[in-house]
Amino acid sequence: MITFEHVSKVYPDGTHAVHDLTFDAPTGKLTVLVGPSGCGKTTSLRMVNRLIRPTSGDILLDGESTNGMDEALLRRRIGYVIQHAGLFPHRTVLDNVAATPRLSGASKRQARLIAGELLERVGLPATFASRYPWQLSGGQQQRVGVARALASDPDFMLMDEPFSAVDPVVRSQLQDEFLRLQREIGKTIIMVTHDIDEALKLGDQVAVLRTGGKLAQLATPEELLTAPADAFVADFVGRDRGYRSLGFVAAAPGLVVRSEPSVPIGSSVEDARAATDDDWLLVVDERAHPLGWVEPRTLRAPISFSDLNLSGTVAHRTGTMRHVLDASLSAPSRRGVLVDEDGALVGSVTAAEVVGSLAEIHAAGVTTGGTAS
Amino acid sequence: MNLDWIVRESDSILVLLVWHLGLSVVPVVIGLAMALPLGWVAHRSGAFKSVVLGTTGLLYTVPSLALFVMLPSILGTRILDPLNVVVALTVYTVALLVRTVSDGLDSVPVETVQAAQAMGYRTLQRLVSVELPVAVPVIAAGLRVAVVSNVSVVSIAALIGTQQLGLLFTQGAQLRFLTPIIVGIVLCLVLAVVLDGLVVLLARRLTPWTPRAVHA
Ligand SMILES: Nc1ncnc2c1ncn2[C@@H]1O[C@H](COP(=O)(O)OP(=O)(O)O)[C@@H](O)[C@H]1O
Ligand SMILES: [Mg+2]
Repeated sequence: MITFEHVSKVYPDGTHAVHDLTFDAPTGKLTVLVGPSGCGKTTSLRMVNRLIRPTSGDILLDGESTNGMDEALLRRRIGYVIQHAGLFPHRTVLDNVAATPRLSGASKRQARLIAGELLERVGLPATFASRYPWQLSGGQQQRVGVARALASDPDFMLMDEPFSAVDPVVRSQLQDEFLRLQREIGKTIIMVTHDIDEALKLGDQVAVLRTGGKLAQLATPEELLTAPADAFVADFVGRDRGYRSLGFVAAAPGLVVRSEPSVPIGSSVEDARAATDDDWLLVVDERAHPLGWVEPRTLRAPISFSDLNLSGTVAHRTGTMRHVLDASLSAPSRRGVLVDEDGALVGSVTAAEVVGSLAEIHAAGVTTGGTAS
Repeated sequence: MNLDWIVRESDSILVLLVWHLGLSVVPVVIGLAMALPLGWVAHRSGAFKSVVLGTTGLLYTVPSLALFVMLPSILGTRILDPLNVVVALTVYTVALLVRTVSDGLDSVPVETVQAAQAMGYRTLQRLVSVELPVAVPVIAAGLRVAVVSNVSVVSIAALIGTQQLGLLFTQGAQLRFLTPIIVGIVLCLVLAVVLDGLVVLLARRLTPWTPRAVHA
């Protein structure tokens, strides 16, 4: 556990960067610090490994005050990941990662062995080991940065906007992979971001800071969406809170799913028209995975990929109500397609049915924590 | 050109060449060793930086001949002692390389330095295994200038009679005889090119990590 006890930081120029910050980052959990630019997130983070010294207050690691600890030794116990990775340009990818175990006293051989395992773990092929950082994309460098932070197997991790410098597609991929990794390794993490969606997606708990480094609210992502503490938090969490909070509601088991007529791709015009009376017909592949929708009336030849309307999203039966509602709203037939764990068609559901089922859940007062997206 | 003269004098020309080489290289080695800590101090402290760079910059403006002549009385050496030349050139090399080392350390990306600090490198450890290696390209560029300019400045010491290729110039001038002058110029050039090439080669060996233009 990382404990902030009345921590304040006033810079020599008089800037009050952090004010009387008190909170716990629980063991094995990911705590996100989020807030507008300049609100003191980075300052807070860097006080944990004493790159910045607090003006007053104390930060404890597992109950032990960091004040007066040997700083180099303290830092070797804490993995640190920053926005632009900060890799050593003069070392290969493998030796970048091996640097942290080397510092903790591992032999060169041992350190490289560990580094090789970690590269694999963060999804980098072995062929990357001998490359230099400039030969990597931003996303790949960030993976190396994460591997390096993990290589000394620290109990604690600090991450400062680790996924901010990459494009949205890579960002969401890195986030997903990191969540998966964290489920396996269960480090005690404090992550900083200015992106509320990232905070809600990744955080077990989220601390919202306001300018001047004051804690506005510390809560689970779901609580932030459903019960913001004040107008600042509500505004910062943003619009569509009601809709986004559905990302934390598991798809109701009682949700009525009707069977949805479907034909395989390549079916004849006659088969398509025979399959349904409706304006829209679902098309699947040979494994019954949904592909898209067609209008049987307008077909002139056997169904090909160019006939498909691809606007509809697909929701997993075990996903969240947000996914299910989005599927029903986005399909041209207004029937949201549900699939099982393997991606095979289960059936469909309308927005009205989803909303009805939400009303029932609300009445029963049960919400289950799922994952947002 | 008098080839007979070259053949006859080849032994003594070789001796002059070796002296010239030594007088050019030794000050660079000593100068670099001194410039590393000084440049590091300049890099670390903003206030001290202008003092260090200002002082060393000033040293550079003292004419070399004046230094060669003054040093014996300061050091208590004989006027012909090669030590005078070594000390004078070391002063110039330090003056040049302090700025180079400081610039080199400044060129290390901030994120790299911060990452090293956050990983738990101690100050000296970080300097030796992260900052200096990354600064090599900039430091090597300064070293090339130092080496080449030393080769040319050493010849001036001929005016006070120190053993090196510059003696061929004074000798040629006194005898109104062109051959020694040409031999001296050619050997100085060759020496400068070879030493410069060695520094480039050494820097390449130390920086396998820099992106290099691919020659098609
Ligand atoms: N070294 C410093 N000296 C003076 N002020 C600083 C320094 N570093 C940050 N600040 C100021 O402290 C405040 C918080 O900065 P920071 O922690 O970097 O914010 P964030 O990471 O949330 O964007 C800002 O107003 C910033 O300008
Ligand atoms: Mg910041």
